[in-house]
Amino acid sequence: MANKIRLATTSLAGCFGCHMSLLDIDERILELAELVEFNRTPITDIKHCGDCDVGLIEGGVCNSENVHVLREFRGNCKILVAVGACAINGGLPAMRNFIPLGECLKEAYIDAIGVENAQIPSDPELPLLLENVHPIHELVKVDYFLPGCPPCADVFWKFLTDLIGGREPSLPYELIHYD
Amino acid sequence: MSKTISIDGRQVEFVDGQTIMEAAAAAGVYIPHLCHHPDFTPHGSCKLCTVKVNGRNCSACTFPAQEGQEVLNETDELREDRRMITQMLFVEGNHFCPSCEKSGNCQLQAVAYYLQMLDDHFPLFFASRELDASHPEVMIDHDRCIFCTLCVRASHLDGKEVFAISGRGINKHLIVNSPSGKLQDSALEAGDRAVDICPTGAILRKGIGYRVPIGKRIFDLKKIDAVSLAEQGGAHGE
Amino acid sequence: MAAQHCAGSAPGIDTGAVYSKDKRPVDTSCFFGTRKYQRDDMKKFIETLVEEHGGRASELLQILIKVQARWHHVPRDCIEQLAEQLHIPRTRVISVVEFYTFLHAQPRGEYEILISDSITDRMLGKPQLMDFLAAKLQVQVGAVRQDGLVSLDNTSCTGMCDQGPAGLINGRAVTALDTRKVVAIAELIASKVPVEEWSGDFFLVHDNIRKAGLLLGDTIGNGVALHSAFARGLDETLRELDISGLRGRGGAGFKTALKWRFAKQEQDSERFVVCNADEGEPGTFKDRVLLNSHAHELFEGMTLCAAIIGAKQGFLYLRGEYQYLYEPLQQVLQQRRQSGLLGGNIAGQDVTFDIEIHVGAGAYICGEESALIESLEGKCGIPRNRPPYPVSQGYLGKPTVVNNVETFVAAAKVAVHGGDWFAARGTEQSKGSKILSISGDCRHPGIYEYNFGVSVAGILDDCGADDVFGVQIGGPSGTFIGNAEFDRKLAFEDLATGGSFIVFDNSRNVLDIVQNFTDFFAHESCGFCTPCRVGTALLKKQFDKIQQGHGSAGDLLELERLGRLIKTTSHCGLGQTAANPILTTLQRYPELYQRQLKKISFEPGFDLDGSLETARKLSRRNDPAAHLTQGGE
Repeated sequence: MANKIRLATTSLAGCFGCHMSLLDIDERILELAELVEFNRTPITDIKHCGDCDVGLIEGGVCNSENVHVLREFRGNCKILVAVGACAINGGLPAMRNFIPLGECLKEAYIDAIGVENAQIPSDPELPLLLENVHPIHELVKVDYFLPGCPPCADVFWKFLTDLIGGREPSLPYELIHYD
Repeated sequence: MSKTISIDGRQVEFVDGQTIMEAAAAAGVYIPHLCHHPDFTPHGSCKLCTVKVNGRNCSACTFPAQEGQEVLNETDELREDRRMITQMLFVEGNHFCPSCEKSGNCQLQAVAYYLQMLDDHFPLFFASRELDASHPEVMIDHDRCIFCTLCVRASHLDGKEVFAISGRGINKHLIVNSPSGKLQDSALEAGDRAVDICPTGAILRKGIGYRVPIGKRIFDLKKIDAVSLAEQGGAHGE
Repeated sequence: MAAQHCAGSAPGIDTGAVYSKDKRPVDTSCFFGTRKYQRDDMKKFIETLVEEHGGRASELLQILIKVQARWHHVPRDCIEQLAEQLHIPRTRVISVVEFYTFLHAQPRGEYEILISDSITDRMLGKPQLMDFLAAKLQVQVGAVRQDGLVSLDNTSCTGMCDQGPAGLINGRAVTALDTRKVVAIAELIASKVPVEEWSGDFFLVHDNIRKAGLLLGDTIGNGVALHSAFARGLDETLRELDISGLRGRGGAGFKTALKWRFAKQEQDSERFVVCNADEGEPGTFKDRVLLNSHAHELFEGMTLCAAIIGAKQGFLYLRGEYQYLYEPLQQVLQQRRQSGLLGGNIAGQDVTFDIEIHVGAGAYICGEESALIESLEGKCGIPRNRPPYPVSQGYLGKPTVVNNVETFVAAAKVAVHGGDWFAARGTEQSKGSKILSISGDCRHPGIYEYNFGVSVAGILDDCGADDVFGVQIGGPSGTFIGNAEFDRKLAFEDLATGGSFIVFDNSRNVLDIVQNFTDFFAHESCGFCTPCRVGTALLKKQFDKIQQGHGSAGDLLELERLGRLIKTTSHCGLGQTAANPILTTLQRYPELYQRQLKKISFEPGFDLDGSLETARKLSRRNDPAAHLTQGGE
């Protein structure tokens, strides 16, 4: 196969559950490897996203680093895909949106039981938290959405094989889930 | 001679006094809806049942069937409008399906699945809403209320008037008729119809949420247009 | 008592609190509770009120307006007492309090100041005046001052567009506000002079009739229309009305004679006549003038309608902003009763009819006839499903004619002069005249009456408008037309209008205007149906995104798509027209929108760098990595 589809994946404010689910395609991953070339992804450990055909984003946007990574993906991927509940609507991390950020930080770094040398971290190496967690479509243009928490392995398989096969990706009823 | 309307070209009989929704339901034609329930006075607020009648948009649940009406139901345009309306409901409230025990039995979710809604599309409101778990047998998670008023209507019918919708515009919210505003101080009892009528996970009966595992629930197995009212009723209780 | 009051602050009633980001609101009601009133006093007050209103639940809104005036809010105890005494669930009382903007569950200032945020008031310097007012009174906009003496907020158009900036102080209309008046107001409030004792200058409202026609040109004598109608015969008079071609003046233009005939033909013998004086469309104020100077003719028209359709009871639904007209109108009604033109045996005929005035409380939606009827019944103003129409099932489910103030005045004139007299003016489909409320960039704002068919250019000449960029016809729910279209005519067949005519010159920014209108609809949506409730809020967000320069080409398409959905799927006229300001200007001036767009493909609709502010502060960082650009690297 001369031209393999270049694929990148990442997790922003997510739990890597969507990545685990991708791996649940089991032995089909060998078939997939015939068709795609993995770029930046936890599977290859490549640190930066190069020119890609498809980028799969797991997780919402909760901090400045997420913003940079998301933009790197959007800038380099022809097709950007929001994968899973957190990328699509913020998911579990977005439940902090109902608590003011200052309070979240105070609870975690100042008031929590067992905290020593209580202070809010200020190392410039650390990304700063955004006031709210956002789904990725609020920051960049997103081309496809794969719902589910996580989307099951067949969702990834159907979507990628449709795309590779040159078909407009579509999910049958049994593959559309939000939970 | 019986009277008929046409829905997507199919002749559907009706009797005087029936709405388009009633005529369609009797003939087995599914029109997406959330605020409609045949046991209660039609409300016409969710607008999911918007159909095109002789070229004009109407709510099927409130609009009377009339001889010769040409009704369009399953068109690409209506499907897209309904999907957008459903997305509006999703971004307005806080619908985190993975953490909701109604998931799989939820009609809002089922309609969204039916309409092949894959994303929320709009910016989310993340409205700060409360939880009322004061009642021993029933709880309200305001995050999931879509203001369909089915609980209001059910509680009106049994004379208890436990629920009402208050506020205006985007600040609408469900309120409880009790001195404290809490459910525990209201007249609501576990046997009341209002407890099980909620199409979403806003009003939940406690203690039964996970009796049926996720993945084996009503709408996990069947599309909403193939689920009977009796089966949907089972979504809430046993 | 105070403690109990605190405990009794149910989550339901604290709308702002429940929905605000900050979850710990300061409940000042306890503090106010002990200081301001005693429970026994309140109980007596409520009992008397309920008795005055016949113990009817349909009077709830009227009662609550008086409670609000007395206590500067509707205390929790009042809600309980009203529920008990009117035999309704407390939730019904709470929902009404939370629906109407002039009612509050939390205390407002003893001096409650509301400033009209209509586009015309803004053009007359309202924003600067508001800042000055806030500084002078040391109160934040939207808040109550710490000492509880004064509160300041925005309100929707108060109908004083020809003499703004305007507002309401404890419900009384104030006009032509300027810094001199603001200084005086601040002094009066500081020395706690009751509003009733303030100089009349603050409350002067001019009619500003600049051009009179068929209706404003002469005044018919009291009772003349009724006597003419009885002499001619009521059926004959209805026929004259038919001949006149009179169509509803609220904007929708339904044939008046047809509406009356439908009501007359209904089976149910108990029928009602309702006058819609809830003139809420921004830029409209002609009913204010009719109510002030032509009230007899209005009531004559209503009585005529009652005689024809067989109604015994009528209502005038007066918008809350026109509260100052309540007493004068009551006096007119009293005079008419004394002259035998209301009550039993009207004009010596076997006709019994009387009119009650109901006051609104700040809800634009109540101008929609079925919402108005709900409001008359003391409920939230939520438009009903139609059919059935009010003419067959209206007030209390009985046949009800709802007409605009101007329509009733016109009907009274037709009863005197005959249908041909009226039909000789105007155009084929729009007979007679139309009273316009003209405001904005013109030298002579005020009331102008024209025969239908007049061109926009002609009107602009008359009102002294130069260098005109465009005109908003029919208010925010109507159409924006540009200066290439000034040969268009006012008539149902071309530009239909309820009478609002706002002129904008070339110094104005169209997008500012559209933003004001879009905010207005989001604020006034009743929230009943999904497309309007959520859609108007989304439309506001989407428009703001573009206005603030964060939009890309896709955002414009999205704006249009959203506008179209709201227009075609909303429950009532409010939602169906809420996107008009955007859709009509987007169609005419796409380049003005495109100028706002970024070249990039997408940018967030919220301030990304601002979103790091809290974290920056708490970590005391300001290094380059502690910042984000809006549009990406």
